[in-house]
Amino acid sequence: MWRDAWLVAGRDLRIEARSRVALWQVLPFAILVLFLFAFSFGPQRSQLVSSAPGLFWLALLFSTVLFAQRSRALEGSPATRESTRLLGLDPAGVFLGKMMALSVELVLLEILLTLGVIFLFHVVVMSWLILVSSCLLAALGLSAVSVLYGALSGESRMRATLLPVLMLPIAAPVLIAGVRSFQAALEQGGGLGGRWVGVLAVFSVVYSALGIGLYGALEEN
Amino acid sequence: MRQRLYKALGPVAFVLVLLTVWLGLFVTPPDVDQGELVRLVYIHPALAWVALYVAFGMAALCSVLYLWPRTRSMVFDYLAAAAVEVGVVFTILTLITGSIWGRPTWGVWWTWDARLTSTALLGVLFLGYLALRRVPADPHVRARRCAVAALFAAVDVPIVHFSVLWWQTLHQGATVLNSNLTPTIHGSMAWTLLLSFVAFTLVFVWMVIARYRIEVIRVAGQDVALEAAIASRRAEGVPS
Amino acid sequence: MAPAIHLRSAVVVVGRFPVLAGVDLDLDEGSVSAVLGANGAGKTSLLRLLAGLVPVEGGQATILSHDLTTERQALRQHVGLLGHDAGMYEELVPKENIVFALRAARLDPTRAEPALERVGIQGRLAKTPMGQLSAGQQRRVGLALLLARRPQVWLLDEPHAALDSEARTLLGELVEEAAVGGAIVVATSHEPNLVLPMADRVITMAGGVVIDNQPGLRKPPGASHVA
Repeated sequence: MWRDAWLVAGRDLRIEARSRVALWQVLPFAILVLFLFAFSFGPQRSQLVSSAPGLFWLALLFSTVLFAQRSRALEGSPATRESTRLLGLDPAGVFLGKMMALSVELVLLEILLTLGVIFLFHVVVMSWLILVSSCLLAALGLSAVSVLYGALSGESRMRATLLPVLMLPIAAPVLIAGVRSFQAALEQGGGLGGRWVGVLAVFSVVYSALGIGLYGALEEN
Repeated sequence: MRQRLYKALGPVAFVLVLLTVWLGLFVTPPDVDQGELVRLVYIHPALAWVALYVAFGMAALCSVLYLWPRTRSMVFDYLAAAAVEVGVVFTILTLITGSIWGRPTWGVWWTWDARLTSTALLGVLFLGYLALRRVPADPHVRARRCAVAALFAAVDVPIVHFSVLWWQTLHQGATVLNSNLTPTIHGSMAWTLLLSFVAFTLVFVWMVIARYRIEVIRVAGQDVALEAAIASRRAEGVPS
Repeated sequence: MAPAIHLRSAVVVVGRFPVLAGVDLDLDEGSVSAVLGANGAGKTSLLRLLAGLVPVEGGQATILSHDLTTERQALRQHVGLLGHDAGMYEELVPKENIVFALRAARLDPTRAEPALERVGIQGRLAKTPMGQLSAGQQRRVGLALLLARRPQVWLLDEPHAALDSEARTLLGELVEEAAVGGAIVVATSHEPNLVLPMADRVITMAGGVVIDNQPGLRKPPGASHVA
């Protein structure tokens, strides 16, 4: 399983490095979302600081939907998917590999968004431990959900509209826990950040386990 | 025997609902604090019970049974889909009756407390399941995808519930079973409340069975069509 | 000895349409079969069935001792499919695609380069992403993958399409080598004159069934006649 996971993760990251869709399309989209939020809330510093946690996680969530669609598209044409199925890869390994590759991309996005809210919204982070741990766990959980729902939405032409409808409600706990942990990271002492990081950990573990168990069933004809 | 039970189920459920309405509107007294508004307690909690626990639980259980190889059967797929379809109706009714109750009680049509938010999210998850069900696909592929989607949703709802609970709550505490397991509702109101749970659960069961029967008939028609399609397909190969 | 591929009244349904409506077919190891038929006859569907990519709705289907009603997944690693689409990742170069496939199939990745050289994909072409190669060049890379994997079953869907005359000659050589090595080769085609010389069986399909099964022009090694 792990052997196939590394193989698939390497494939996805290599393809992404060549095509640079994440770099030239998704990351600019995320920054654009931050700017649009700032336009809608107004330039007052206090307003932006209090809204920053929500804006960060909303921008991340919307961008994750694009990443999820991209992750599915990396599988190639239907013929390419069939050719790959003939190779005998362990479905759990494929899931883990795609999840790892997508997690790397999400972490890069989180770094960019963190810099964005620090410089654009003037937030001051008091607990980097809570912020980093919540971001890492959220990346794992969101990538698991993205890969699963990418497979769930299949090859349908409706995938572009179906994926957000399916994925975003499932990701709601990540949004709630992420915002709360970000708010805690802005407080001296970290507040109740530990509890919310725990929620993110539970979410990540549960959906990773589900993905390992069920991805193969989703990919089968 | 099953036919007779099913035929009796509809009228029995209808009668019980009528009885609940009669008792709730005309027999039970108004509440000391909420006055006449309390009469919604004979509808709203029962609808929520069916939506959140019965419908969703059934959809999740049937989905697990479908995914488990030893119990895999299209029957569970049809039952899960029927439960979700009926569950959407009950969820919407729960939210509407909750809003009607909330407006005079809290002063707002909507508030972000744990139960309301979880219920609304459940409704959206149900709708996502139905949207997925309408994507053209082989029946077995569709059944597998929908079963997985239901399972994911089932896992998600408790996580959401506790997340939102820690976030904020305004909802009335449990009426019958609070943390001390002491009922806070008494007498005729308690019995009417219990009756409402039974009545609406039976309505749900009747609707799910009806929807399941429709699906079975539809699929049987497709099987007949498949036999004809095979014969027609083979005839393509016969030189004219 | 039981045939390596055995189909009896095999039915495959896609959506609600029976793409295969009861196929009867027996093929031995070392055989090369040409499958002919009009558009929509079920040729490609037959290949997908033989690859274990679609479920069998009715009848019997056994390939290399794998019952396709229960062991489709186990069969796949023994099968190579060359479809209309090369089935490769467009952003990766030929060698990367083949090395990925070999590693996934637990095979030696050093087989990639010799295979690519054999089909004439080397130098600049070997470093060009698949999406920028011509259809014929992509086909050659697909052939190289088959050559590198050496599966027991070769399934070729209109293999001559997009290939120039040199590549078509090479295809014939590769098919003969595979069959002599014991592989079962099944090739569909719209061009009988190209595929008949390399086949010892000519199967004609229509309406999702086999309507004719005749000897071809190829004489298997050691055979005095073809049944």
